[in-house]
Amino acid sequence: MSLIDLANPSRFLALTARVLPWLAAATVILLALGLYQASLAPDDYQQGATVKIMFIHVPNAWLSMLVWGVMSVASLGTLVWRHPLADVAAKAAAPIGASFTFLALLTGSLWGRPMWGTYWEWDARLTSVLILFLMYLGLMALWRAVEDPSRAARAAAVLTLVGAINLPIIKFSVDWWNTLHQPASVMRMGGSTLDKSFLIPLLVMATAFTLLFLTLHLAAMRNEILRRRVRSLQMMQASRIAFSSEAGTGSRDGSASREIGAT
Amino acid sequence: MTALGALIRRDVRIALRVGGGALIGVLFFLTVVVLMPFAVGPDLNLLSRLGPAILWLGALLASLLTLDRLFMADHDDGSLDLITMSRTPLELACAAKALAHWLAAGLPLIVATPVLGLLLNLDMVATGAVALTLLAGTPALTFTGMIGAALAVTLHRGGLLMAVLVLPLSIPVLIFGVAASNAVIVGPTPFGAPFSILCALSLVSFVIGPLAAAASLRHGLD
Amino acid sequence: MSLGPYASFILTSYLAVAAVVAILIVWVVIDHRTQQQRLRELEESGITRRSGKSATDTR
Repeated sequence: MSLIDLANPSRFLALTARVLPWLAAATVILLALGLYQASLAPDDYQQGATVKIMFIHVPNAWLSMLVWGVMSVASLGTLVWRHPLADVAAKAAAPIGASFTFLALLTGSLWGRPMWGTYWEWDARLTSVLILFLMYLGLMALWRAVEDPSRAARAAAVLTLVGAINLPIIKFSVDWWNTLHQPASVMRMGGSTLDKSFLIPLLVMATAFTLLFLTLHLAAMRNEILRRRVRSLQMMQASRIAFSSEAGTGSRDGSASREIGAT
Repeated sequence: MTALGALIRRDVRIALRVGGGALIGVLFFLTVVVLMPFAVGPDLNLLSRLGPAILWLGALLASLLTLDRLFMADHDDGSLDLITMSRTPLELACAAKALAHWLAAGLPLIVATPVLGLLLNLDMVATGAVALTLLAGTPALTFTGMIGAALAVTLHRGGLLMAVLVLPLSIPVLIFGVAASNAVIVGPTPFGAPFSILCALSLVSFVIGPLAAAASLRHGLD
Repeated sequence: MSLGPYASFILTSYLAVAAVVAILIVWVVIDHRTQQQRLRELEESGITRRSGKSATDTR
């Protein structure tokens, strides 16, 4: 089944119905495995048991960026290839991405509290994630502001792509601004020199959360397709009522015209 | 080229004549800066320390709030459709319109900066630094904000939603603009590094802004 | 497994993640039911898709 075949929403729905249970099962298994391994992981010599927050913070932070990437690819699909499923994918991903970004912020702040003594520090990473969160919210506001889904899709696609180009620039500027205002006394989250006893549970958790996103995303895309069907059927209903009342049969005696229209 | 020149001349003339509204941006800028001492207190030392930040925030808001007029008037009277259909590439036409908007609404802000610097107790060098960074940075604000203006006209929604969408994108310009001004006034950091990055941001926005605005107009107007 | 002096922070963050993920799952499921319910109502009132297939049939 190729990408072209998936352009047919009915085929996509069929595929989703077949794949979703397996994806959900895989997510649950991996999540359980990851949580088990995370509970067995030793304490960090510096951070103590708070290092356990890393096992959920890092996957959420990773997803906050991955989801924007997925939306950017979908936006290219909307603008360049005009793939019919692309705007459905972009729209369904936005609230999920915003939730993961919110969780990354929340867990980061809870992780920082024992380290910094405050819940919020204008730390470079937290600040860029906060800006990313604001952009997700703006994007969702844009989706909600416009009635016509395809019109909203094209506007959102332009904004998503501009955001994708701008996010690295924003990240770089915030890093620069941060080093200007506070010398590197802030704790480094994560870091590349992770011990194996941390790395393996972290990778399992990251995979599990990625699968979780895929599951939620597919399900939300299915809902979005159904929502559009409802919308088009309601439009048909409205136009039929308007037509039947115009034709003089009256909207109350609509059953005859409905039968004609339904054939 | 003559078509673009004509477009720029036309837009500047429209913006500057009665009802064009370009100079309201300067008035807004002035009002925001005058409001600041009421919020933080009339302490001149504090004001001179916050001066560049206040001026930059004021200029940022003033240049973004005037922007939703960029395509709206042309859309209302139908000339935007003519521009879209003309043989001139839409990207270049967008760039020309943004340039005209900057000439009419952005330059007056920079001209007003020395007067406002006086109110905020900034000395000559500091005022000059802020004006220079504004000169380098406001084109970036206009060209990024143009994306929001193009979205606004295709969605028939303006105002607050567009400001919410565009303001996060202007954070880098704000950071480097204020950093470069502060480097002259207080900072141990050199002026050159943040200022060159600010110029680079402007150059990048010259590419991204027209492309994105043209894409939005092309896909949205139908 | 001892969580040390900051157990409340660790537990809060895990619970928060669990809560938000649960909200997402519930939202997706309820949304699915609502849309299918609406499609069924529309079909019962005689509105059918141009293809003539059932709109609620996802197989």
